[in-house]
Amino acid sequence: MSDSEPLVVEGRAWMFAEDNINTDLMMPQTVFAKPLEEQLRHVFATYRPGWLDQVKPGDVIVGGRNFGTGSSRPGSLLLKRLGVSALVAETINGLFYRNCINYALPAIECTGVRDLVLEGDIVRIDATRGVIENLTRGKGLTGKPMPEFLQAIVRAGGIMERLRAEGYF
Amino acid sequence: MGMTMAEKILSRHSGGGRVRPGDIVVCEVDKIVQIDLTFGPGAPMPKRLVDPRKIVVVLDHAVPAPTIGAAAGQSIARKFIKDFGVEKFFDLGRGGICHQVVLENGIALPGQILTCTDSHTCASGAFNCVARGMGPQEMLQIMCTGKTWYQAAPTVRVIFRGLKPANVFGKDIFLHLAAVAGSVEGHNLEFGGPGVSGLPLDDRATLSTMGAELSAEFATFPADDKAITYLKSVTDEAFEPADSDPDAEYAATYDIDLSKLRPYVARPDFIPHNTIPVAELNDHVAIDQAFVGSCANGKLEDFCVAAQVVKGRKVAPGVRMIVTPSSQRVLTEAVRRGYVETLLEAGAIVTNSTCGACYGGHLGVLGPNEVCITSSTRNFKGRMGHPSARIYMASSATVAASALAGRISDPTPYLGDRV
Ligand code: SF4
Repeated sequence: MSDSEPLVVEGRAWMFAEDNINTDLMMPQTVFAKPLEEQLRHVFATYRPGWLDQVKPGDVIVGGRNFGTGSSRPGSLLLKRLGVSALVAETINGLFYRNCINYALPAIECTGVRDLVLEGDIVRIDATRGVIENLTRGKGLTGKPMPEFLQAIVRAGGIMERLRAEGYF
Repeated sequence: MGMTMAEKILSRHSGGGRVRPGDIVVCEVDKIVQIDLTFGPGAPMPKRLVDPRKIVVVLDHAVPAPTIGAAAGQSIARKFIKDFGVEKFFDLGRGGICHQVVLENGIALPGQILTCTDSHTCASGAFNCVARGMGPQEMLQIMCTGKTWYQAAPTVRVIFRGLKPANVFGKDIFLHLAAVAGSVEGHNLEFGGPGVSGLPLDDRATLSTMGAELSAEFATFPADDKAITYLKSVTDEAFEPADSDPDAEYAATYDIDLSKLRPYVARPDFIPHNTIPVAELNDHVAIDQAFVGSCANGKLEDFCVAAQVVKGRKVAPGVRMIVTPSSQRVLTEAVRRGYVETLLEAGAIVTNSTCGACYGGHLGVLGPNEVCITSSTRNFKGRMGHPSARIYMASSATVAASALAGRISDPTPYLGDRV
């Protein structure tokens, strides 16, 4: 991916619009020390039973305020492995936001987004410009663009890819 | 316009330019703390490190190892420190919970930047250090390059006035703040005002640690004489405190008169805007487990007050009281002062130092539908065990009083003679 290519994804929306959705719901302590394959079977499993059977590669998550509050456990990695292609939330918890960037999951904050989208709508998210468009309903909003410095990490495929390229691993 | 504590520390570590909210700066990190959980089998290990002297390794979450997987991870950690010549290594029996170890040994110093993978790393703000939790991969990056980025956040200021009463502790002050301020995600917390000097260092550490539950980025105190005198007694390393400028800009300010506070409790599942005075529960909530512990409240002060409350009394039938020290040093001193004997005679269980029950790992995991009152750090659904368990949170004094009553109770009647 070149340095200037916009980070744009288009996908079907899942609403996780409640405030303060936390990392323990994405990655419960019971599977914390288990292999990734097992962790993937528990993402939101008690919070939203059945969701794991429905989420498809390319889908996006629309969140409420303080999405991802809690631990440093990398819930963003699990979402990415499930095929989630982007996150847009009213606000994103600071630690979770770092993990999104570090595991190369495009993520932006956008006030009012949970009223813009209904579950199942097709949305286009341009993280570069901070724009979200609801293609199903023909309306959109502008939130906070992802700073260029952080876009570069996402484009590089996350920090591990960078460290590997620099010969640390 | 001046700078806040956090802005000033970020500025100093990124070349000295002005830092305003929203700016992204790349900073040199002073202290890099790794915990046992990051050394699991299969975790990638770097080929080279920026500087082994900046790195601190603490085995704390699952110690002594409750599973074969945990034991394997700890062996990897021991090999890591040998291979790279990391000298600041706190193995079992020598350290305790990472944030307590860091504070106790003068690893987090005023004006510095510290990172660790645990989300309560903002604890080191008690000593005027800009500290936050990072994901495991980002910690690897910092171990390799010594640097990471920060986006400066706007700051919420909390001004303390007056002296707290005998029944009020750091946890109560925090739970009160959670009632008035709610979540401050995307913001720093900065504590200050004339009431700070009267706050014991343990209470400051509780407040900074708990900043994570309001989703604060950093939660810093000024380095006053009390903090500096303590730090000079445990380290020779030089440091330069960073106080906020008088004309620094804040997103909001809360003014708290400590003398007016009462014991508080958080109801289950989350903390912001979910806390009330303990008295309002009217002794209606029966409990199965009472837990005193964690990095926030397994301190000597917690042992002292828990022992005072239960002295000559018994834990209620059907209730288990578990007390976990935040460090080996705390436990040693609690034994020396007789607090441990008092607790054991009351029927409490005193464990080794570990994160243990705080994260539902071991030594006090909750079963289905159980009710727990805890002085640890987090009350999310499922945090301490089964997702149907209900977790209330309060000071160690309230936890101890509740253990005696079998229901969540105000500790005030036991604390009248405290000075
Ligand atoms: S005691 Fe709890 S909050 Fe503190 S470091 Fe351990 S798990 Fe984290």
